[in-house]
Amino acid sequence: MVELTQEQIEKLKQLGRTQKENLLKLGEEFVQNHKKYIASIYTCNATGCHSGGAGNVIDAFKESLETFGLQDKVRMVATGCMGLCACGPLARVEIKGRDPFLYQQVTPDIARLIVSEHIVPTLKKDPSEPLKLSTYLKNKELSLNLPFFTKQKKVVLKNLGHSDPEDLGEYVAEGGYQALMKCLEMKPEEVIQIIKDSGLRGRGGAGFPTGVKWEMLAKAPLVDGEKFVVCNGDEGDPGAYMDSCILGGGAHQVLEGMMIAAYATGATSGWFYIRAEYPLALQRVELAIKQAKKYGILGRRIFGSDFDFMAELRYGAGAFVCGEETALLESLEGKRGTPHPRPPYPTQKGLFGKPTAINNVETLANIAPIILHGPKWFQKMGTKTSKGTKVFALTGKVQHSGLVEVPMGTKVSEMVNEIGGGTSSGKPFKAVQTGGPSGGVIPASHLDLPLCYEELKKIGSMMGSGGMIVMDYDDSMVEIAKFYLNFTVDESCGKCAPCRIGGYQMLQLVKKIADKRGSAADLEKIKEIGSAMKRGALCGLGQTAPNPVLSTIKFFKEEYDALIQEAETKRQAQQKLKGEMKQLEAQMNALNKEG
Amino acid sequence: MVEEKPASVNETKEKVEKLLVKWKSKRGSLIMALHEIQGVFGFVPWSAVEIVSRELNIPVSQIYAVLTFYNYFKLSAPGKVIISLCDGTACHIKGAPSLIDAIYNCLGIKDGETTADGVFHLQIVRCLGCCGLAPVVVVNGKTYRKVVPADIPKIIAEWRSSITKK
Ligand SMILES: Cc1cc2nc3c(=O)[nH]c(=O)nc-3n(C[C@H](O)[C@H](O)[C@H](O)COP(=O)(O)O)c2cc1C
Ligand code: SF4
Ligand code: FES
Ligand code: FES
Repeated sequence: MVELTQEQIEKLKQLGRTQKENLLKLGEEFVQNHKKYIASIYTCNATGCHSGGAGNVIDAFKESLETFGLQDKVRMVATGCMGLCACGPLARVEIKGRDPFLYQQVTPDIARLIVSEHIVPTLKKDPSEPLKLSTYLKNKELSLNLPFFTKQKKVVLKNLGHSDPEDLGEYVAEGGYQALMKCLEMKPEEVIQIIKDSGLRGRGGAGFPTGVKWEMLAKAPLVDGEKFVVCNGDEGDPGAYMDSCILGGGAHQVLEGMMIAAYATGATSGWFYIRAEYPLALQRVELAIKQAKKYGILGRRIFGSDFDFMAELRYGAGAFVCGEETALLESLEGKRGTPHPRPPYPTQKGLFGKPTAINNVETLANIAPIILHGPKWFQKMGTKTSKGTKVFALTGKVQHSGLVEVPMGTKVSEMVNEIGGGTSSGKPFKAVQTGGPSGGVIPASHLDLPLCYEELKKIGSMMGSGGMIVMDYDDSMVEIAKFYLNFTVDESCGKCAPCRIGGYQMLQLVKKIADKRGSAADLEKIKEIGSAMKRGALCGLGQTAPNPVLSTIKFFKEEYDALIQEAETKRQAQQKLKGEMKQLEAQMNALNKEG
Repeated sequence: MVEEKPASVNETKEKVEKLLVKWKSKRGSLIMALHEIQGVFGFVPWSAVEIVSRELNIPVSQIYAVLTFYNYFKLSAPGKVIISLCDGTACHIKGAPSLIDAIYNCLGIKDGETTADGVFHLQIVRCLGCCGLAPVVVVNGKTYRKVVPADIPKIIAEWRSSITKK
């Protein structure tokens, strides 16, 4: 960058101060503008509900409000994910002085009914008069008293489903960018101390303390005047979509977290690396960056401080290994995403050879709330070593499938039976899988297990990024292990032998057992290869790839044994048949000779 | 997004050079440039690769290595109707494999294949972010949720008729 004169700097700072005022004004304007509304309709327009036709529902709401001349009295908001995706499209009606009301499986017809039967009459009535709905509409109500809603604790997802993700004014009105403003008045070390004190650990998988990572980057000197922060939004775990929803519904919150990280560490610019398969998330991040540039949130001498910062958006291209941080950096440089050994750690030598800190989307989304409410507030949630909340994508054979945020330490039973409402099939619950292709199963016998980094690791799984797949008695554990291993073998970059060869061999053995051709010796070999991979593989992909197999062998060995037993029975029958055939042949030969 | 007729060489050249302007001055922009090219053509045509090589000053071999590493990039024109079938964990558990079989029975194509008439292309993807509605199939941007094998012939018929109408 070109050196600035003192005068130029002063000018930029003055501009920054004006921009700060303008931003705060934007928030105030939002509040003023919204005083006129006596009711709001929030319709989820995130990926799940959108695919179910939420766009048409929103149009129907708008038309209908206009028909009744209510467009200036009732606010229609298209929001981020409301959580209970399985019941979407969802719409929540909030009328001043009355309890909120949630509708499920909303169609354009139902939207029109909601306006004519629910909103119009209610606005004419006294709040004390009860609401009268037709049975048809009543049947579409989804109780907000469901444990799915009451048992959650929302920090990261707080604004999702309650706000317009494209309205910067609303974000500011809700306290957005105040945490950044607060940080800019502190010393960078003080910001790092707050994050360290909070106990926040990375939400991308391994759970490394975020404050410590920041401190490492802060200590690294600039290289050619540069240092970077990267937001990992690759979310490669198939069957998990937390980060996609966080970005789609709250891109500014993640950007604010990234900027605080940059200020605390002295980073000069930031990079979002996001899966190309998530068009909504990409679009929202792009918009957030554009808005932030316009209002001087990104730029030079931000809000009149000495802090300069710029952020850029880059797309992933469908390679799971690129979620791994060293591979991600290669990909950001425009190359094949092959991992390399650490050290050097990215905080020493990262993107384009410069010190870099990589943080997960959800990790960054936690930063602004921690700064605003303080580390003590954050520490009160969670367990001794796992603080705060965690967002899970609760899917599979569970009734209330969706996006869930709970305090760390929540028990598996609370997740599956209370929040999830039990299995969708009504059949007994068998296990949940966490940690995706790097994780393992938690069997029904461990329903009391608290969901936190240590306990999950102890049981042979891991927190991962937050996928949680519920399985019932119909699901074969050997099949699920095969599914994950197939995935990791497919996604292995092939750089190191333990993963490339070990993974392939292990998959052949698992297939052999699944196809009822295996033996007890194969099972032993699987375990041997597994431990070799854990020790010898270069990156996390290969090191954790055996987990789904080993963990199902640990808890559901009887399923492997049954398949092996079947194979054994088959082999014995074949042997017997072969023996009989030989005898017959001998007899035939004898007869032939005689004849 | 997919072009009806293959663009003429000159047209390709013009389009590619235009979109590369923005990326030329930026670091590590190869993958972004390839994304934009695929966005325009539906795949990455070889003629475009040569232009990228020249403009961004990256050897063709290196671009090819990148294109083949990432699942997202296609090197040949896919069919007119692209069926993206999710076989992420949530969809897998809820019956995605039976949908793959159903598509094979109907169209005779597997992952990455196109029907002989060039109409249907099947790609198996991992998670489309709608896991709550598993199993999910997306056809040219239209999402089908909680799909059962019996739906597949109907979905295919729907798209076949929409193509012939055009
Ligand atoms: C194979 C593999 C895939 C990964 N995928 C992701 C991912 O999709 N998202 C993510 O944030 N971290 C992922 N990680 C973890 C990252 O390497 C890194 O630890 C993380 O982004 C750091 O951020 P955090 O400290 O905020 O968690 C993956 C790791 C491995 C080994
Ligand atoms: S462990 Fe697997 S993915 Fe990682 S570097 Fe080795 S071969 Fe590549
Ligand atoms: S996508 Fe609408 S509730 Fe999740
Ligand atoms: S696993 Fe299919 S949409 Fe997520």
